[in-house]
Formats: sequence, C-alpha cells, structure tokens
Amino acid sequence: MTAILRTDKLRVEYRSREIRQATKIALHGLDLEVGAGEVFGFLGPNGAGKTTTMNVLLGFVPPTSGSASLFGIDVRQPIARQRIGYLPELTYYYKFLTAEELLRFYSRIFGLSRTVADKRISELLKLVELEHAAKRPIKSYSKGMQQRVGLAQALVNDPDLLILDEPTSGLDPLGRMKVREIIQRLKNEGKTVFFSSHELGEVESVCDRVAIIHQGQLKAIGRVADITGSHASLEKAFLKIIGFETQPAS
Amino acid sequence: MKNIFAVAGVVIKELYRRKDFYVLFIVTILICTMMAMVRIYNDANIVRYLKEISLDLIWLCSLVIAVTTTARQIPAERENRTLLPLLAKPLTRVQLIFGKFFGCWLACGLSLLCFYLFFGVLAATREHDWQPLNYLEAATMHWFMLGIIVSLALLGSIVFAAPSSNATICFVIIGGILFVGRHLDQQALNMPEPVRTILTVLYYAIPHLEFYDMRDLVIHNWPLVAGKYICLALLYACFYMAVFLIGACLSFRRKAVN
Repeated sequence: MTAILRTDKLRVEYRSREIRQATKIALHGLDLEVGAGEVFGFLGPNGAGKTTTMNVLLGFVPPTSGSASLFGIDVRQPIARQRIGYLPELTYYYKFLTAEELLRFYSRIFGLSRTVADKRISELLKLVELEHAAKRPIKSYSKGMQQRVGLAQALVNDPDLLILDEPTSGLDPLGRMKVREIIQRLKNEGKTVFFSSHELGEVESVCDRVAIIHQGQLKAIGRVADITGSHASLEKAFLKIIGFETQPAS
Repeated sequence: MKNIFAVAGVVIKELYRRKDFYVLFIVTILICTMMAMVRIYNDANIVRYLKEISLDLIWLCSLVIAVTTTARQIPAERENRTLLPLLAKPLTRVQLIFGKFFGCWLACGLSLLCFYLFFGVLAATREHDWQPLNYLEAATMHWFMLGIIVSLALLGSIVFAAPSSNATICFVIIGGILFVGRHLDQQALNMPEPVRTILTVLYYAIPHLEFYDMRDLVIHNWPLVAGKYICLALLYACFYMAVFLIGACLSFRRKAVN
C-alpha cells in the first residue's frame, strides 16, 4: 500500500501567552498512515486533536516535533498541496464573488489553463447542483449551498487526496446524502479521502478504515469491522474506546 | 506571479463591488460640481480655490480608500475563515501578501484615475490653460505615495487583529508624517540631547509622504518637475514599500493560521 498521507510521532504544543497558563499539548506523537484509494475516517470527541492534525497536514500550524508528509513531500512545502483538496468545517467564501468566479480564482492558483478550468468548473457546478446559481453572488446562497460551493472548490484541481473537516456539519439530511454520494463517487474513482466526522453512521457506511483519537493520542486504528468488533455499532465501540461507558436505560 | 495576480484580481473585484468607492466618488463629484457652479465675486482666479478644494478632497478620499481597503484584507480573511481554503492551495504566504499588496495598490490606482479624470474635466471647464502632463505627474506621485501607505496598512493588518485599530493607527501615522514629520529636523535643532538625536534619526527613518504632494503644481499650473527628481522620489517610495512588505511577510510567516 502506497502511503499518501503520513504522520510520524507528530507532536503539537500550543504555548499560552499568559504566564501562569500551562502549555497545551494538542497532539502526543501521532502516527498515521493513509494509503492510496482509501476512505479514511478520523474520529474523536471535540478537542481531541482532529482539526489540529488537519491544520498540520495543510501547513497552517507547524509541528512542535515529528513530521507529516503528503505524497512523500513535507507538508511545509507548498507543492505538497498541489494534489489535495480541502474542505474546512463551516467556512464562508468571498461573498462578493459568484460561485463560478470563486472556482475560477482557485483554478488559477492551481495553474489550470482556461480551457481545462472552464470544463472543470462546469462539471463541478453540475456535480454539486449549483448550475442555476453559478452567476449569483455567494452572499445570496443558503448554508447548504455554501457548503456545496466549498465541496466544489475542494475538487477544482481534481485532487488525488481530499481532506474534509466535518463535511456534513450543519447540512440537512438531503445535503448529507449528497456529500456521502460524492465521497462514494470519489472512492470509486480511486481517490483518497481523509475526513473527520461526528456522524458515526456515515463513517461506518463510507469508510474503509478509521482512526480514533482522544486527548491528542491515537486510541485505535483499523478497519471499521475490526474496530466495531463485538460491539453493536461503531458508536458503541467509539464510546468505549474513549472511556465513556453507556448506562443501560432504566 | 500568476498566484499573485490571481489574489490581486479578487482584491480589485472587492473594491468595485463594494459601495465605499462609489460613495466617496459621488460625494466628491457633488461637492466639486456644486462649487464649480457658484460664481463668487466674479473672480476669475476663484478656479484656483476650486482646484485646491477638489484636490484636497481627492487626497482625503484616496487615503480613506487605501487605508480602509488594505486594513481589512488579512483580518477579514481570518475572521471569515476564507484564509483556510486559500492557504490549503499551493499558494505561499509571501505570494498572498504580495497579491494583497498589488491588488490594493492597483485598486487605489484605478480609483485615483477616476478622481483625476473628473478633476481634469472640472478644471478644463473652468479654465482654458489645461495641462494634462502636470496631472499625470501629480497622479503618478500620488499613486506611489499610496503604495507606501498600502504596504504600511498591510503590515498593520498582520500585527493588529482588528481592522479598525489598524486603520486608526495608520491615519495617525500618516497625519503625523504629513503635518509634523517634515518639521522634525528643525525641531531637533532646538532640543537637548538625546531628544535631538532621536528626532534626527526619526526624521530620516520615516517615509516623507510630503515629497509626493504636488497639489501646488496642479493648482498654479507650474512647470513640470524634472524627471530625475520624480524617478528618485519613486525609487524612495519603492524602498519603503519593500521595507514594509518584508516586515509583513516575516510577521505573517510566523503566524499560526487556525
């Protein structure tokens, strides 16, 4: 299995500016490896270190120690981001631009030629069902439409690796289903998808492997079936792994 | 360079899709046109006062556009979280800073072009001695001065999180340089040490924005300033732009984006 995404003893500390505040350790030596063509779910409760891991992978936050690479290139090199697509959780896009202009702007950054960009933008607008609103400013979009623009911008360079930070957060059931369909479609095309989510049912249905992280430490990694094991569902297994035992209903 | 121009293109689009520029431009047009229609004492020289007031308004509006447009660039990207998908692309932080700078500077140049075109038309209707080369020279100097201000505000937008505090500090600095900066060397002569040395160093360290004030040349239709002096002034502006931009890049490189 070729590793597309790898972290090696990754440690991230956030130093507080306040004198009496202790340094917060967000990640304690995280080792991860995601292979080509995998759909990999990255799970953990709030504050577990999922977004920090993604921030390191995208070069937003430098690691305190350890290393992270994408396609074998250190994440601090901008070229490591040439073949990835990223969808942040709850992001707003330039409201004065239309969806078409936004996608054109990002396609220019990826160095796509005008012909290729035109074709790609048209395909993506169709994929996320925003053709009818392509020439409307983003400020007039609903939350679901903005999330779909986000998904389109993450796919503008036809990435080999897609990093999605809670892609279904804030979406209605229909929107969630669409996102799941898109992830499934990308999987069928052989793309690698690395995504975090709190929707464990969704993770169970689309992921090949999952990792569970808690308080900055990797608690479990493996195939969904192996992690679920003897538990009734991934949710029950997840709760047990992070140390939360469910109480039987009285 | 393509990345820098892509970012700059978005900044320019932002300027012409927001209402700030149109409001300032229309207010300037209204004030100047109304003044041009009034005949005061049938004095033929009154046109000079009209030109002076129009140029003062243009200066004020250009400063407001330059500072407010630039001051919000990076803080707005952080606040709206548009910085995350942008930096997740193969775009370096240095390219982002340069893109923002060129975008704001070009946007200021475009708005300045509109203002000077209006001023030219207004002056042409009121006096027969019309000197477009003077206007071109004055506008070029004005634009380069705005380049210094844009780079200063961009550095401020990385240091200060709130656009309002950055804009206020920039206006204080610009006002200080324009009204006090030019007299610092004279003041230093009357001061004891070490204040004298501090003021002298400050005088040579600050960018002298008053070098770029060519309003009198336009108002009184004086002959053009020799090209070599203009070139020196433009190089001087480029030096300060480079200093502020390097500061912005170094400061932004160390910032965690999350």
